Formats: sequence, structure tokens, C-alpha cells
Amino acid sequence: MTDILDKYAPIASRHDQLLEVGPDPLGVCLEEIYSATEARVNGRRTILAGTNNYMGVTFEPDCLEAAEAAVRAHGTGTTGSRIANGTYGAHLALEQALARFMGREKAIVFSTGYQANLGMIAGLAGPKDVILLDADSHSSIYDGCRLSGATLVRFRHNDPADLDKRLARLGDEGESRLIIIEGIYSMLGDRAPVAEFAEVKRKHGAYLLVDEAHSLGVMGPNGRGAAEAEGVDEDVDFYVGTFSKSLGSIGGFGASNHPRFDVLRVCSRPYMFTASPSPANVAAALAALKLLERDPGRRDRLWNNAQAIYDRLTRIGFEICAPMSPIIAIRLPDERSAVFAWNRLLEHGVYVNLALPPGTPAGVYLLRCSVSAAHTPEQVEAFCHRFELVARELAAMDSGETAVAAGA
Amino acid sequence: MASDLRDSPLEGVLALLEPYNKKGIALSGSTKLNADLEIDSVSAMDLIMEIEDRFEIDIPINLVSEIETVGDLVSVVSQRMEQSS
Repeated sequence: MTDILDKYAPIASRHDQLLEVGPDPLGVCLEEIYSATEARVNGRRTILAGTNNYMGVTFEPDCLEAAEAAVRAHGTGTTGSRIANGTYGAHLALEQALARFMGREKAIVFSTGYQANLGMIAGLAGPKDVILLDADSHSSIYDGCRLSGATLVRFRHNDPADLDKRLARLGDEGESRLIIIEGIYSMLGDRAPVAEFAEVKRKHGAYLLVDEAHSLGVMGPNGRGAAEAEGVDEDVDFYVGTFSKSLGSIGGFGASNHPRFDVLRVCSRPYMFTASPSPANVAAALAALKLLERDPGRRDRLWNNAQAIYDRLTRIGFEICAPMSPIIAIRLPDERSAVFAWNRLLEHGVYVNLALPPGTPAGVYLLRCSVSAAHTPEQVEAFCHRFELVARELAAMDSGETAVAAGA
Repeated sequence: MASDLRDSPLEGVLALLEPYNKKGIALSGSTKLNADLEIDSVSAMDLIMEIEDRFEIDIPINLVSEIETVGDLVSVVSQRMEQSS
């Protein structure tokens, strides 16, 4: 009999190659967390710029106190699903607050952001439906699509004309059509042209689901995300969002004006068959949501920080993959320089994400930074300065190689 | 151009496969996309989109996992062309 893990040999050997160069980019240990933007990594005080903590609320006194009070009042866990163990009052309070925040009649809370996409997509679409999804969709969208059993048609990334063509080709195929896009794409940080997608949706009469995981709290006059920022909030039939980025907790949600939206609570398996979010997570998410409503200035601080870092990295000469946003993806020419730069940054006390194929398109090697509203001006300065150092080291590495090549 | 190719899914597919045929092996219906041409799952999705554009069809992801050989690919293209005509 074959070893059941043999099928992963190619992936394992690529991972082993990374480990020869330095610490595991997929297994970084934050030994102590000092704040929303600093931790101890490999014994070193390190600026965190790869944790999607856009609003920097993870150590906000309001959120800490709410979570602490909820643990004391309601316990450490819910020990099961809402259909079996019952709903806590706090689940309902959070759902009402989310519905209000998103300007929707209803919201349903899921236990993680991943499960929010699984539960929404597999709950909405069935085997007789067609889902049209952006080719660069997050894994949770792809997995939710598979779980739904629907016919899955991919359209070119951020290309409303390609979607239009495919919807036209569908003819009368599929009972319902569901279009799925994201507000901001997590790897490159590029935004969807939501208004153009909404126009295509209206033309063909499909449903539109927008995952605002990376744009919730970050974009739009009320922080609803990219669709609101483009003035097409009303065209979104179903919103998906997560608590684990701008809200600094764990969990996710779906929100909609569909009058029968609540039927998902008895039909959507990723909602029904998992433990409901814990009291601390629910309380922290609710406190963060209130904080965002109360203090929209946080959003300005985030964008100011993003602009400062974007400008400085551009001046240093880095190639940035998308227009300025809180996700700044720096493209390096090859895997070797990306891995080298990532390791050197960590040694200089800066944590960002290393993103390599197949997580990125073929030939795209990224250092992915996520900016926080909580990054101080001093941290922004230190962060940029350390990137300057690494840029020089990269240049020295290149010229060293050129010299060797010339001498040979 | 697309209308010419609509008549010959085999030739169209073979032409699109050429850039992926890095070892320059002789292609036949039984050539395996992954084992022989070393087209991985990411490249396969790119190839599918090129084929969709060329033949003006949609190949749902659900069908992609069943495509193992060049022959499988050609028959999916033919089938989708019939459905869309």
C-alpha cells in the first residue's frame, strides 16, 4: 500500500528548500504579542506588517474589556452549534449590529471567515444553479463553490466584460445565477471594479455576492466596503465579511435584504454543523464594530499610513502590484530574491508575508505587506528604513552575481 | 478566426497546447496533460481560459477534474461547442 502522504511529496520538497534558507515563512512564531503592531519573533522586537490588522483594534481597551467581561459572564465556549445548543443573546445582538452596519435587514454570524464563504455560497447555490466567480477568488470561495454542487464558470480577474460575455453565452442554463467577487483581493491588494460588475449584473438579472473581507471598515462612507465606496451598495444582494481582519476577532458573517435569508440557518451546513462563535469572540467583534462606527478617523489613519508606505517603497524603487491600498504587494524578480528579502526583513525586525506560486500566479513572487491604522509614524519610518536596507542588500546580491558572471 | 477553429476542436486544442509542450513530444489523443506534458493545476486553469476564448465557450470547473488526456480535452470542447450552438 502507498504511504497516504506520498501525494504531497512535491509540495513537501519545495517547502524543505525554503527551510534551507532560513526560518519557515509558513510557520513564523510570534513568541509574545506586545500590541496590534509589535511582537517578539525569534527573540527580536518586530514590527508586524503582515497580519491584516487593518484597524489595529486587537488591543483596544474597549474590545479587551468587552471580551473579558463576556468570558466571565458567559463562559469560555459555547460547546456546540446554535441548532443544537441554542443561540446566545450575544449572537443575536451582534447579528443586529452587523445588519445595521451593513444597511441590511438581516445578518447571520458564522464561526470563521472561511466558513462564512462556505456557508453563504453552499447555502445559496445548489446543483441546478450556475456560479460565476472571479478567477482570482480566495480558497474559501472556491471551496464554498465546490460544496454547493453548482456549475462553476470562472471569469477573468476583475474583468466585467468577460463576465458579460459568459453570462450571455449561458443562455437559459442554470435556474439561478450567482456572481461572486471580492472588494479588495488579498494577495495583490487590487480592488474590484464593483460598479461595472453591478451594471453587468443588472443587465443579465443575476445575484451579486461581494466578499468584503479585506475592505470591511477600510472602504466606503460607512465602512461597508468596496461596493459602498463605488456607490453600488444597493446592487449587492449578499455581503460576506469576516471578523478576523478589521474587527480583530474570529468569525464571519453574511448580510442581505432577501426576505427569506434566514432559511440558511436550517439549510447551510457550515452554519449548522459547527460550534457557534465563543462569547469572547462575539463580544470583541461587537465592540470593534461599535468602535468603527464611533471613530471613522481610524480609516483616515489607515489610508494615510498606506499612502506614506506606498510612496516611500515606490521611491526606493520597488515594483508594487496594484494601486495604493492597505495591502501593498511588492513584486520581486524571482523566488530566490523574494525569499532572501523576506528573511533579511525578519532579521531586521519586520514581519511581512512571503507569497509564492501556486499561491500567486506563475512567475509572481511577492512580499505582501498589510498596513494598520495603529502603525505609529515612528513604526512607519522604521519599516520604510529597513526596506531601504534590504533594497541595498538585494542590489549588492545582484551586482555580486553580475561581477561573478562577468569574470567567468 | 474563431469561426474557422470552431470546425476543428482537435487542431485548435493542439495549437494552444504547443507552448505548454516544453519537451516537444508528439501529441496524440492519449497524451496525458499532467503526467506527459507536466501541466500543473494552475497552468491547466490558464490553458482552459485560452481555450474558452478561442472557441467562445465556457468550460465549467466541474468538468476540468475529469480531463486527463488531450482526447478528453478535445471531447469536452466539442461537447461545449455543440451545447452553445
